[in-house]
Amino acid sequence: MAARHIAPDTPELRERWGGFAFDAETKAKADWHIAKYPDGRQRSATMPLLDLAQRQVGRETDTQGWLPLPVIEYVASYLDQPVIRVLEVATFYTMYNLEPVGKFHVQVCGTTPCMLRGSDDIIAACKKRGMKPGHVSDDGLWSFTEVECMGNCATAPMVQINDDNYEDLTAERLDAVLDALAKGETPKTGTQEPGRHTSEPANALSSLKDMVTENHDYRGDW
Amino acid sequence: MPKVTVDGQEIEVPAGATVLQACELAGKEIPRFCYHERLSIAGNCRMCLVEVKPGPPKPQASCALPATEGQEIRTDSEMVKTAREGVMEFLLINHPLDCPICDQGGECDLQDQSVAYGRGASRYHENKRAVTEKTMGPLIKTIMTRCIHCTRCVRFSEEIAGVDEIGALYRGEDMQITTYLEQAAKHELSANVIDLCPVGALTSRPYAYEARPWELKKTIGIDVSDAVGSNIRIDSRGREVLRVLPRINDDVNEEWISDKARYQVDGLTRRRLDKVWIRKRGKLQQASWDEAFKAIAKAKPGKSIAAVAGDMLDCETMFAAKALLKASGSGLIESRQTGMDYDVSNLAAVNFNSGFAGIEEADAILIVGSNVRWEAPLVNVRLRKAAKRGAKVFIVGPEWEPTYPATFLGEDVAVLSNLPDEVSDALNAAEKPAIILGGGGFAAGAHAASVKIAHDFNMVRGDWNGFNALHMAAARMGALMLGFAQEGGIADIVAAKPKVLLALGADEVDFTKFEDSLKVYIGHHGDKGAHAADIILPAAAYTEKPGTYVNTEGRVQRGDKAVFAPGDAREDWTILRALADALGVDVAFESFHELRAAMVADAPALANEGAIADYGALAASVKGDAAPSGTIPAPIKDFYLTNPIARASVTMQQCSNELLLGEAMAEAAE
Amino acid sequence: MLEDKDRIFTNVYGFQPWNLDAARMRGDWDNTKDLIAKPQDDIIEEIKASGLRGRGGAGFPTGMKWSFMPKESKDGRPSFLVINADESEPGSCKDREIIRHDPHKLIEGALCAGYAMRARAAYIYIRGEYIREAEVLQAAIDEAYEAGLIGNNASGTGYDFDVFMHRGAGAYICGEETAMIESLEGKKGQPRLKPPFPAGAGLYGCPTTVNNVESIAVVPTILRRGAAWFSSFGRENNKGTKLFQISGHVNKPCVVEEAMSITFEELIEKHCGGIRGGWDNLLAVIPGGSSVPLVPAEQIRHAIMDFDGLKELGSGLGTAGVIVMDKSTDIVRAISRLSYFYKHESCGQCTPCREGTGWMWRVMTRLETGDAELEEIDMLYQVTKQVEGHTICALGDAAAWPIQGLLRHFRPEIERRITERHAAFEEAAE
Repeated sequence: MAARHIAPDTPELRERWGGFAFDAETKAKADWHIAKYPDGRQRSATMPLLDLAQRQVGRETDTQGWLPLPVIEYVASYLDQPVIRVLEVATFYTMYNLEPVGKFHVQVCGTTPCMLRGSDDIIAACKKRGMKPGHVSDDGLWSFTEVECMGNCATAPMVQINDDNYEDLTAERLDAVLDALAKGETPKTGTQEPGRHTSEPANALSSLKDMVTENHDYRGDW
Repeated sequence: MPKVTVDGQEIEVPAGATVLQACELAGKEIPRFCYHERLSIAGNCRMCLVEVKPGPPKPQASCALPATEGQEIRTDSEMVKTAREGVMEFLLINHPLDCPICDQGGECDLQDQSVAYGRGASRYHENKRAVTEKTMGPLIKTIMTRCIHCTRCVRFSEEIAGVDEIGALYRGEDMQITTYLEQAAKHELSANVIDLCPVGALTSRPYAYEARPWELKKTIGIDVSDAVGSNIRIDSRGREVLRVLPRINDDVNEEWISDKARYQVDGLTRRRLDKVWIRKRGKLQQASWDEAFKAIAKAKPGKSIAAVAGDMLDCETMFAAKALLKASGSGLIESRQTGMDYDVSNLAAVNFNSGFAGIEEADAILIVGSNVRWEAPLVNVRLRKAAKRGAKVFIVGPEWEPTYPATFLGEDVAVLSNLPDEVSDALNAAEKPAIILGGGGFAAGAHAASVKIAHDFNMVRGDWNGFNALHMAAARMGALMLGFAQEGGIADIVAAKPKVLLALGADEVDFTKFEDSLKVYIGHHGDKGAHAADIILPAAAYTEKPGTYVNTEGRVQRGDKAVFAPGDAREDWTILRALADALGVDVAFESFHELRAAMVADAPALANEGAIADYGALAASVKGDAAPSGTIPAPIKDFYLTNPIARASVTMQQCSNELLLGEAMAEAAE
Repeated sequence: MLEDKDRIFTNVYGFQPWNLDAARMRGDWDNTKDLIAKPQDDIIEEIKASGLRGRGGAGFPTGMKWSFMPKESKDGRPSFLVINADESEPGSCKDREIIRHDPHKLIEGALCAGYAMRARAAYIYIRGEYIREAEVLQAAIDEAYEAGLIGNNASGTGYDFDVFMHRGAGAYICGEETAMIESLEGKKGQPRLKPPFPAGAGLYGCPTTVNNVESIAVVPTILRRGAAWFSSFGRENNKGTKLFQISGHVNKPCVVEEAMSITFEELIEKHCGGIRGGWDNLLAVIPGGSSVPLVPAEQIRHAIMDFDGLKELGSGLGTAGVIVMDKSTDIVRAISRLSYFYKHESCGQCTPCREGTGWMWRVMTRLETGDAELEEIDMLYQVTKQVEGHTICALGDAAAWPIQGLLRHFRPEIERRITERHAAFEEAAE
């Protein structure tokens, strides 16, 4: 729940990121995004470009990525926009990290539906592993944020770690996921409930049973 | 014209009016913080809530709601009272209530409206929010904890100034107003946000803790830092001018003034000429008025006397000098100090004929040799509006940063005789084409060519006159109306070898050409003119005398005297009147009233305060080369230091160092 | 109970692939050209007749919303369809299932709806946190372009229609339609003042309609099976099928498509394995996502789960995100956590919401522990009333209502905590 801050503008920051530029892959994607919007409306691409920039920073630092000020300035100039307008966007939306994060950004949903299903335990499990808000673990692996509803309420509680969700968690299941990630493995994403596929009633399917085994076409019954 | 009722009173309102405007027409006061007539509607403060039927059963933001036929508006209902109390309470819960140490105290919208519409006590017992201090440069003092997030400053910089530098970062209750990386606000109109800020978040840094508003004497004045003639209010206490604020004049400065107009006034107390000085054996020595006048009389000028008017002079001073010379048998008067000699036989050819409000309607504009942002920041605001409406803007001359899309055509004035197709096509296609000839253009000899272009592109048509001269000197148009111009410019005066040269606040003259003349400087600041003078007669600055000024669009305006001139300094006209006695000539006025009457008799248009003088039709051509060539100069090297008052101002000096030189130094360091 | 053959989202659980081939086998993109080979207004009439009301929470009739769009462009401005996939309301998790498991229903719906409202393109605004979901959606859009289903001469109709995806980046407020438009334009998601309404001046100043994912995704099936079929489910004014999302203290939380107007009890018993600990253990239910007031156990059990049924109980259907709370719940904390959510998500633009959400949350945290005075309960209620109805958008209302619901139904519990804490302090002082 920590308030967000922009990482300070220091000579070191300028030194490290002053020369930032999109690599070929990012540039291609950036131009593809810009082309989605009408001519002269390239400002619309501010959000996708900030995301791309954050991801490129992530690749360069082996973390989830963040947005140093020179990178924000680069995006502004790429789109020919005043930098203050782009900074407004970067600070408004919570998915833009304004300070460095770890390799894995553990985002625990703590809003009421998850809270009712035990997110307190999940948060406690994270804290037990030394994670705390606004802080990167000493080994550079972990950042922690309590986030607001992630839209996984029927498979609560959940965490989002970088691009993947892990749902139906208990403290033990979370530990297993985090251990696997730390080891460089790729744990199963989605629900961690044995026997559950996605958001159906777990192990008690109440509808659409035909779909489990075949791509059933119900039109014949219309 | 929809009819609505406001608190039971039926009233007809103009089409397109808002409910707020309808209420005001009905004489109802609607409290507001974010709404401002000259900015886009934000509707975020929620203070202007009223009850409107038909509509949802909740209060409506009147600033944003169009008035429509048959609306029943209530500003006095219980719902409205409760809504205002609620919003007021919310605005105050995180406001520090540090009014006793806040410079906004006494002129604070939040203070005033909480008295009028608040509930009197807070029920908020949680900790208050504190916001870190933000730097906004030498002019704007910030205490952002006081900010109520109305976003007027953000909208001003984006919409009016055209410099996107203020934003609202973060969101929710953490939202913070700041410039990018807390850099200083870097444009010529930056301090207007201080007036716009309804609370004490943005206050005037130079004026910090100087005075409470109720201690100040308020005097109506005209700004002399450029030729726009911005309407100002001069706030003074005792003999000191403490601050200058804009007055509203939609035709001239709307509601804004430049930072120089606002902040050069601290220069009024520094480097002042407050004693009479006479140069003896190469050194200036203090003297009495009597000694000075005797020394001038001793030179026995007869008709060999000349007068050069400076850039900030009022018409009365110039007319008094003209009367003195006339009585002496001389007509050697000039105002174009730097030596320009453009044709002034047709004043319409040296005037901003479109008018400031008019130029907003132009749809193709060719600027010849003017950095409008620096030479007339408020005209630049108008040009920005024109560009926003779709006007195409082309600029000949040294490059600068316009606040709107514009195409630079190079620095060589020769392009005027061979305009690129893009330009001629735009001017031909325009319904209201315009040309603006600035100081650099005049200096590069582009006058005749510009008048030719005006005619070639039919810029004078119907009630539209697209030929515009943009001067930099507040005194210029008044001087030209009073005949302060020789055919050959100041060279004619040099050639006449006058025994006595009166330099009336003239600091830009090349005095080396007047080696043999007795140089009498009548002015208020120890600047270039005083340094070159043989005799210095201390006079009054623009805040210290009543006066008539004519701006570059030919508008006649008057300012009053706010404070007395310091020390032995006197109002200029009294000095000239006394000099007439010393020289034994009769100028036929004994009082300021008589002086002004005589001036108006000489130039009747000067009687019409507020009106634009009629200079007749634009001449078919003016003297000069219709196909000039050469590089257009940039007459202003430093926006903040263009006149003796500004050069004496600590604040302007600081702006120059931090905002202009600082930037240059940082660039050099890279 | 709704029969499987009448379920629109047959792959809602993702047992089968989402891709175009699989979707076609389930009946999507089946001769779409014919579906819209009729005048636009006929399609709008069909949707009106189906009784479809917006599935995003407000429940505005979808066909009527479309009819506000201009019939022709008088000034050359194009029209746009914006699809709201910024699902962020606590308790709501249905659009995610549509997007990741049945994306072609949405894309086909976009074409049908876009055609009906004469839109030039659809922008699907998906919340930034739906990262994998966005990957699926973009891949499905690419497939549809590849197959000529959208783009120039979409599905062979002669109609040119583009579908673009735009990802958010973490802001609940972008689910408000004008904030969404601002965000699409690359700005902060701050709601606009209305009027002008989006149908007059929306995205890039052009006529725009913003519809929820579910509202759009059901359109092709309604057009295929007819308005009469869709309106055969649910009560008058509450027609159709609906994705319900049940979270919290039920035995089997799930997302399920059911007929409108199903009773709460049936919904829970049929699909959710009952209330955890039985019906006697039920404390309260937030039936429509976090923005609607809670309903206590005794009122909800037989409640009819539709717009009118829940309105009668002083609550609302909202997104049909049903948050169930049993007696183990710290009900004050459950609502206080929502107050934190709204404080966190307030855009900060207008005064009552910016200042009020923080104030309400701070008082709520004290009420959790009883660290308050009894008078503060009434004061808190007044503060919620000072926020409600005074803001630019509905987030202020949404922040106020859960607290009002709590105060309405659980005031004794709050009073108990305050009194007990005071008593404990008095005891300690002795």
